[in-house]
Amino acid sequence: MSGVSRRRLLGAAGAGVALAGAGAAAAACSAPATTPSPSDVVPFRGTHQAGIITPAQDRLHFAALDVIDGDRAALQSLFRKWTAAAERMTAGAEVTPGGAVNRNPDAPPDDNGEALGLPASQLTITFGVGPGLFAKAGVDRFGLAAKRPAELLDLPPFTLDDIDPALSGGDICIQACANDPQVAVHAVRHLARIGFGTTAVRWSQLGFGRTSSTSTTQATPRNLFGFKDGTNNLKAEDPAGLDEHVWIKGGAQPWLEGGTYLVARRIRMHIEVWDRTSLNDQQLLVGRNKGEGAPLSGSKEFDLADYELKGEDGQPTIALDAHIRLASAHALGGVKILRRGYNFVDGSDGQGHLNAGLFFLAFMKDPAKQFVPMQSALANNDTMMEYIEHTSSAVFAVPPGLGEGTYWGQSLIE
Amino acid sequence: MSRRTSTGIVCAGIAAVALAGCTSTAPTQNNAGGGAAGGPIAVKASDTACDVGATEAPAGNITFSINNAGSKVTEFYLYGVGDRIMGEVENIGPGITRQLIVEVPDGGAYTTACKPGMIGDGIRGQFTVTGNTQRSTDANAKLAEATAGYKRYVTSQIETLVVKTQEFVTAVKAGKIDEAKALFPVSRIYWERIEPVAESFGDIDPKVDGRDDGEPGVPFTGYHRIEKDLWVDGIKPDTNQMADNLLADMKDLQTRVATVELTPVQLANGAKELLDEVATGKITGEEDRYSHTDLWDFKANVEGSQASVAALRPVIDEKNKELGPQLDQRFAAIEKLLEGYRVGDGFKLYTELTDDDKKKMTEAVDALAEPISQVAGVVTS
Repeated sequence: MSGVSRRRLLGAAGAGVALAGAGAAAAACSAPATTPSPSDVVPFRGTHQAGIITPAQDRLHFAALDVIDGDRAALQSLFRKWTAAAERMTAGAEVTPGGAVNRNPDAPPDDNGEALGLPASQLTITFGVGPGLFAKAGVDRFGLAAKRPAELLDLPPFTLDDIDPALSGGDICIQACANDPQVAVHAVRHLARIGFGTTAVRWSQLGFGRTSSTSTTQATPRNLFGFKDGTNNLKAEDPAGLDEHVWIKGGAQPWLEGGTYLVARRIRMHIEVWDRTSLNDQQLLVGRNKGEGAPLSGSKEFDLADYELKGEDGQPTIALDAHIRLASAHALGGVKILRRGYNFVDGSDGQGHLNAGLFFLAFMKDPAKQFVPMQSALANNDTMMEYIEHTSSAVFAVPPGLGEGTYWGQSLIE
Repeated sequence: MSRRTSTGIVCAGIAAVALAGCTSTAPTQNNAGGGAAGGPIAVKASDTACDVGATEAPAGNITFSINNAGSKVTEFYLYGVGDRIMGEVENIGPGITRQLIVEVPDGGAYTTACKPGMIGDGIRGQFTVTGNTQRSTDANAKLAEATAGYKRYVTSQIETLVVKTQEFVTAVKAGKIDEAKALFPVSRIYWERIEPVAESFGDIDPKVDGRDDGEPGVPFTGYHRIEKDLWVDGIKPDTNQMADNLLADMKDLQTRVATVELTPVQLANGAKELLDEVATGKITGEEDRYSHTDLWDFKANVEGSQASVAALRPVIDEKNKELGPQLDQRFAAIEKLLEGYRVGDGFKLYTELTDDDKKKMTEAVDALAEPISQVAGVVTS
């Protein structure tokens, strides 16, 4: 039962479990001993940034920030401060030592303390930079224009898009994922605070349930349409696939070696309309059955989809406009992406409908060659488009992981 | 008006001013100290010029004699680093001469400024103070000087507040609606600059600055009641009484402030609270919901916050070299932003602001309030 949240875990395990620290809950978890506990620490440093192939946590707080003032030195100073705070928080610690209650009582605490007593909860904080950091309105504010990767481009408009610019773009992104929502929110809140005067949050998004597996150790979760999502996702256990589709290697920008690109799209789902759609229609437009999650050409979730198979009527069993066919590597010349999205419900829309959907996050080597053809095919042909609407769009370059003593964006800014 | 009751500034029956001789802003004293060549430095202020008779004086008590030869009401300031107000005289009417005696113990570079129309950065000039007068460099003395300096500021603001409230009240009672509307945001400037001190008198603030929140049993009086009458409801039978009460409350405030004892932490927290007021009341348009003159209050809150920080500046500089310059930069940024919304002597109305305007203001307040929130910790460290 991996991927269970800390709170559900507490409920399942009973009140006798003291969560004194990371790992304390592992004994109470019925999963095999090799499975990390939902309360564990995920290493902050490594070849790649955490939060990409890390088994997807249950909760998300994602923030896109704009740099509003300051020069390159101010940015560098901020990146250092952010890194120090992020590393501490991912270890389950306060922003600064004793920062919540053990410093000067006449000063506001460095750390507000809402995560005091909570375990690390597999918090990962992933840092990326948007096109605006390299040039904004034609101005190279930080002398970084020469370091802009050619692949870092705003996405083109797609058919049926309803993009809100206020919820799109951003000079910097921070993706905080954890198995406890309070831990993820704590991270973004404090990084935003540290950035005041240099950065301002442009938009942010909470997600409450993962919609993809990024590891074979995880069960495939369901999105708000009720379908298993991410069955065929790239997984941490497939290094060759990740090298082919996700990790940048031999690119024109050395600072981005070992990094990747992140595409973020807020996809509003018309939940109430979907709920009035017959099961048959739902399954046909997805191309999988709802219960097992198997492709309509097979019987088990992980059966390979057979796009050539035809039914008695001579028509393809998986329809030509089925979602899984349009998005498949089969239809896209081998293109794959690593999806890591989350369900969201942002209250209701004032007209009695849920303001809900899927916050799509995906990592890839080259958005123009991977996301763009995939989304173009979906936007033009996918019947599911009748039930969804893309309301935000953003692209970020995600630098590689951090070695000891280094900070976020160091190879970019130095 | 604040949403919370302020942690009370101690209202003791003793005068807190530790440093006898700090008599700047007291226009009645003519005999204390000398400026250059032993006599007062004459300042000839007009609508376009600020001719200061000398640009240098020895450390000690320096006296300026400011004559307003212009047609606008003016102010005169002597600033230290970071626009720390060493002394000021406000509300110098056309044809009037007033004196400013300011104690400057440290030699160095200072700035003089006349502010015709009482707005903006004013017409500035360099002013050099030579030598040093003996004084204690003990940290407690610096803190005492900070609170005494801020007390002078508060006193001078209230002096003008009473005058401007009188003008406003007179216009209201004379039924001069347009004139009263024009004076409303002006008189509030002096209130908003020192609001944390005024709020420390828990009974005055609700009477003067309470809002019409509809809570049963809580009478709606003061500025906002009169504002509502002027802009929305029209003059009512008790409007004049409301105006009289407002003036009486301001005079009461003036009397009571004389006995206020301030601490450095209260100064620092006051600086922060003024920005909290901006964030929760002005950028949201809640404060002046009938007149929409929120940006006047916004500007005044920022000025009051700056005055508080400036009074503490020597202490801040001693303990943290980076904070002061950072605050200078961020005060300058917010001032520049606000000047972009200026219309004549005033500002755009809140209803004329776009969402993008409000976002920029919020960002500027966040940028400033975060380092300001560190001041209390720094001065007590």
